Amino acid sequence: MAVVVPPRPAGAEYVERLERQWASRPGVLGWLTTTDHKRIGLLYFWTTLAFFGAGGVEALIMRTQLSTPNEHVVSPGTYDELFSMHGITMIFFFIIPMTTGAFGNYLIPLMIGARDMAFPRMNALSYWIFLASGLFIYTSLFMGMAPNAGWFDYVPLASRQFDPGRNIDFYCLGIIFNSIASTLTAGQFIVTIFKSRAPGMSLNRMPLFCFAFLAASLGLLFALPVLSANTIFLFLDRNIGTHFFDPARGGSPLLWQHLFWIFGHPEVYILIVPAFGIATSIIPAFTQRRLTAFPLVAIAELLVVFIGFGVWAHHMFATGMPTISMVFFAAATAMVVIPSTIQVFAWCMSMVTGSARFRTPLLFIAGFIFMFVTGGLTGIMFLAIPFDQQVTDTYFIIAHFHYIIFGAAVFPIFGGMYFWFPKVTGRMYFERPGQISFWIIFVGTNLLFFPMHIVGLLGMTRRVYTYPGGLGWTAFNFAETVGGFITLVGILLLFGNLVVSYFRAPRADQDPWHGPTLEWTTTSPPPEYNFAVVPTVTSPYPNWDDADRERDRAKLARGVLVLDEGHEQPAVTPVDGRFAEIVEMPNESPWPVVLAISLALVFTMLLIEKYVIAGLMGILCLITLLAWSWKEPQE
Amino acid sequence: MTGRAARRTGPLIFLLAAVLLLAGCGNGQNALAPASHQSRDIADLFWWMMGGAWIGLAIVVALLFWSWKRRNRRGLGSDRAGEKPGERASWYVVVAAGIAMPIVVVATLFVISDIFVIQTTQAPASAATKLTVQVIGHQWWWEIRYPGTRAVTANEIHIPARTPVRVEVRGADVIHSFWVPELNRKIDAIPGRTNSIVLDADEAGRYRGQCAEFCGLQHAHMGFYVFADPPARFRSWLAHEATPAAPPSSALERTGQRLFMGGACSSCHTIRGTNAQGYVGPDLTHVADRTTLAALTLSNRRSDLAGWIGNAQHYKPGNQMPDLNLTASGRQALVAYLEGLR
Repeated sequence: MAVVVPPRPAGAEYVERLERQWASRPGVLGWLTTTDHKRIGLLYFWTTLAFFGAGGVEALIMRTQLSTPNEHVVSPGTYDELFSMHGITMIFFFIIPMTTGAFGNYLIPLMIGARDMAFPRMNALSYWIFLASGLFIYTSLFMGMAPNAGWFDYVPLASRQFDPGRNIDFYCLGIIFNSIASTLTAGQFIVTIFKSRAPGMSLNRMPLFCFAFLAASLGLLFALPVLSANTIFLFLDRNIGTHFFDPARGGSPLLWQHLFWIFGHPEVYILIVPAFGIATSIIPAFTQRRLTAFPLVAIAELLVVFIGFGVWAHHMFATGMPTISMVFFAAATAMVVIPSTIQVFAWCMSMVTGSARFRTPLLFIAGFIFMFVTGGLTGIMFLAIPFDQQVTDTYFIIAHFHYIIFGAAVFPIFGGMYFWFPKVTGRMYFERPGQISFWIIFVGTNLLFFPMHIVGLLGMTRRVYTYPGGLGWTAFNFAETVGGFITLVGILLLFGNLVVSYFRAPRADQDPWHGPTLEWTTTSPPPEYNFAVVPTVTSPYPNWDDADRERDRAKLARGVLVLDEGHEQPAVTPVDGRFAEIVEMPNESPWPVVLAISLALVFTMLLIEKYVIAGLMGILCLITLLAWSWKEPQE
Repeated sequence: MTGRAARRTGPLIFLLAAVLLLAGCGNGQNALAPASHQSRDIADLFWWMMGGAWIGLAIVVALLFWSWKRRNRRGLGSDRAGEKPGERASWYVVVAAGIAMPIVVVATLFVISDIFVIQTTQAPASAATKLTVQVIGHQWWWEIRYPGTRAVTANEIHIPARTPVRVEVRGADVIHSFWVPELNRKIDAIPGRTNSIVLDADEAGRYRGQCAEFCGLQHAHMGFYVFADPPARFRSWLAHEATPAAPPSSALERTGQRLFMGGACSSCHTIRGTNAQGYVGPDLTHVADRTTLAALTLSNRRSDLAGWIGNAQHYKPGNQMPDLNLTASGRQALVAYLEGLR
C-alpha cells in the first residue's frame, strides 16, 4: 500500500482558508443550489439509478410476457409503451446521464486536477433540466400516454393519423427537453477538458478516461442537433400541419429514418466510449501497468466516434436503397472495426503483461471485454449487406446490441461503481459478495441475450408482443426470461453490497488500489475544493510519479499554487497544458433550478397546445437568464 | 483447462451445438433452413462468419485466460519507475491483431458479401421474370395482387416453384417489412414507394413469412404464407382466383349473403361479382380457399371463423374489424356464406 503522508501542519492555514472559501450551504438548500461537480455527479447518479430501475422493470415485464407463447401478462398497447419506454429510458435517461452525468461529472475534474467543471452553474442547470425532462416523459407512462412507436419512432406510424393520442408528443418534447441537458453537459465537458487541466497535463499526458469523455461529448454535440431537428419536424407535422414526412404531400418517411440514424448510430458509440474510458482507468490500476499503446488507444477512442458518423444507413439496408449507397455504408461499417480491435488488444495485452489482480472491478472489465467482443463480432456481420437484410429487425439484432449496450456499456459502469466506491464514500466494499454479484450478472446476461441470436435466426422478429408456438422459439424465450431474472438477482446483490458497505465496511484510505490518476491523490471522499495544491503533472499516471506528488506537498507547506483567494482554479492552454491564468469560479446559485422549472412549464404548455402561454413561459425563461447573469455584489 | 475457463466456455459450446442441431430442422420461418438459392447463399455466408466469430472470440478469451494465469505476479507499486513490461511485444500484438488482422478479415468479408453474394439476392429487373406479384402491407394484413389478372387475395401468396418471381412491395398506410426467411432476405413495404425482391423456391412447399418492421398494435399478428406450387397447379389456382365469387347455393348461405351485403361487412370487404367493394379489409372472393384467417392469427376452420366473426377484437385486439352485434343464427348464416366462397 502506498505510503500516504497527510498534509503537514505547515500548510494547515491554507487548507482552512480553502475550506471556508468552498464550504457549501447545509441541508436541502445546499443540494438545490449546488454547483459542486461532485454533488451534481451524485444527484445524477441517484436519479439515473431510479431510471435504470424503471427501465429494468419494463424489460422484465416484457420478458415475462414473452416467456411462453400467447401469454397475456400485458395488453398489446401496454407492451408497445413498455418497449418504447425501455429504449428511451436506458439510452436517454440511464446510460448517457450515468456515464457523462454521474461518472464524468464526479471524476473528470478530479482526474485532470481541477476544482470544478468550467461552467459550474451550467452544470447544475444540465442536471435540473435532465431531471425535469425525465419526470416529464415518465408522467406520460402514468397517464397511459407513453410513447408507443419505439425509441426509433418511425413515421408514418408516429404521425397524427396513425397515433392520434398525446403519446408521440410526449416523445418529441421529452427528447428535445432531454437533449438540452445533454448538450449543456457535452459542451462543458469539452471546455473543461481543454481548459481546466492541471498545469503540465498536455493532451498526451491526459488520462484515457478523459479522451473517452471528450470523444463522447464531441459526438453528442454534433449528433443531438440532428435529433432535435428531426423531433421538431415531427412535432410540427403532428400539430401544425407541415408535411416533412408525409408521402402524399411530397414528404418522405425515409427522411425521418436518415435523420434519426445520423443521430442514432453515433449515439451507440457515445453510449460505449465512456465505458471504454472506465475500462482504461480500471485496467492500469489492477494490473499496475501503464496501458499499452497509449497513443493508439487515445486516437482509437476519438476515431470510433468520428467514423460512427458515417455508418448510419446500415440501419436501413432493408428500405430498398441503391446498392452503391449500401456498399458505401458497409465499407464505413468495416472501418469502424479497426479502432475497436486496437482497443480490445491493448486492454488484453495490458492485462497479460501486467500483474492482473482479479478483484471485482477487473472482473467486470474482463466480462466487459468478453461481451464487447461477442457483440462486436456479430456487429461485423452486419457489413455483409445480404446477411444484414436477412436478420435486421429480428432478435439477432436485439442480441447483438444488448451484448454491446448491457455488456459493453453497463458492465464497466458496474465495475466503475465498485472501483470508485472507496473514493466517493470513504468506505471499502465487501469483496466476496462483489465477485459473486459479477458471476451472477455474467451468467444471467449471457443466458438472457445469447439465445436471442438463435431465436432471431429462427425467424423471430422484434417488437412483437407475443408469438405463436410451434416455430421452435419457445424454449429459447423461456431461457431468456430465466436469464433476465438471474440478472436481476445479481444486480440486487450488487447494490445491496454497496448499500451495506456504505454503513458497515471498513474505512478506505485515499488510495486503496494504488491507482494511477489524480483522484487517488486526494482524500476519500474528496474535499469541496478537490486539491489543496493545484497538482503539476508530468505523465498520464500522475499518482505513480512519487517525486511530483512530493513536490506538491512541499508547495502546500509554502502556500504555492494553493489559490485560496476565492473560488479559484487555474486555466491552461488547450493543447500543451501550460499555465495560462487564474479563473474565478461562480458560487452556488438558485437560478439553474428556477430556469429548469420555467423550461418544464414551456414544454408542458407546448404539450397541451397552449402556444401563447408557452411563449409567455419562454419570456419567463429569458427573465430568469437575465437574473442569472446579473452581476452579484462582491463579498 | 481449469474449472474457471470451463465454466466460461462450457455453456457456449453447448449453445453452439444447439445452433448446429436447430439449423437442420425447418420450422417454416428459419433463416438457417434455406429453400432457395438466395437464402442458401445468405445462410452459407452466416456459417462462415460464425466460424470466424468463434475463432475471434476464442483468441480474446485465451488472452483473458492467460492474464488470469499470470495474475498477482508482482506487488502493488511495481510500476513506480514508469516501467511498462512487455511493451514492445504488446505493441506488435496490437498492431498485428488490432490493425492488420481486421483489415484483412473485414476486406475479405466485404468483397465476398457486398460484391458477390449481394448480386444473387438482388431483385431482378421487371422484364427478367415471367411473373410479378404485388404485395401491399396494411395494418395488419397483406394484400396480394397478380398484375394482368383479376386475382386478388390476402395473406397467402401462391407462386410457382422453381421459377423466379418478382415481388413488388409497398405499404398502404405505415411501413411494414416483407420477410420470408427461407426464401430470401427482407424488404421494407413503404408508403409512396415500390420496392422489389425475388422469390425463387427450390421446391414446392409452404414457407412462413412475417412483417418485420414495427407497424403498430398488431405487428405481432401479421404473418403470411408463401405456397410454392408445382407450376401446373399454380396456373389453375391463379385462373380460379381470378374468377368472381360463386353465388350462394343454399337458403342459409343466401341469408348470410344478405347479412353481408346489408351489414357492416360489405363496407370494408370486397367480394368480386357482388356489391361488396370495400377496401379496408382483405378481399374475400375466395376466402374459403385460404388456410388461415387474420394474417395467420387463426386457422380457417368453421369454429375459428365463427369465433373471429363473433369477436374479432378478442383474437387480435385493436384490429379494424368492429363488433358486429350478430345473433347466433346470423353468425351461423355468415359462416355458411363465407365457407361457400371457394
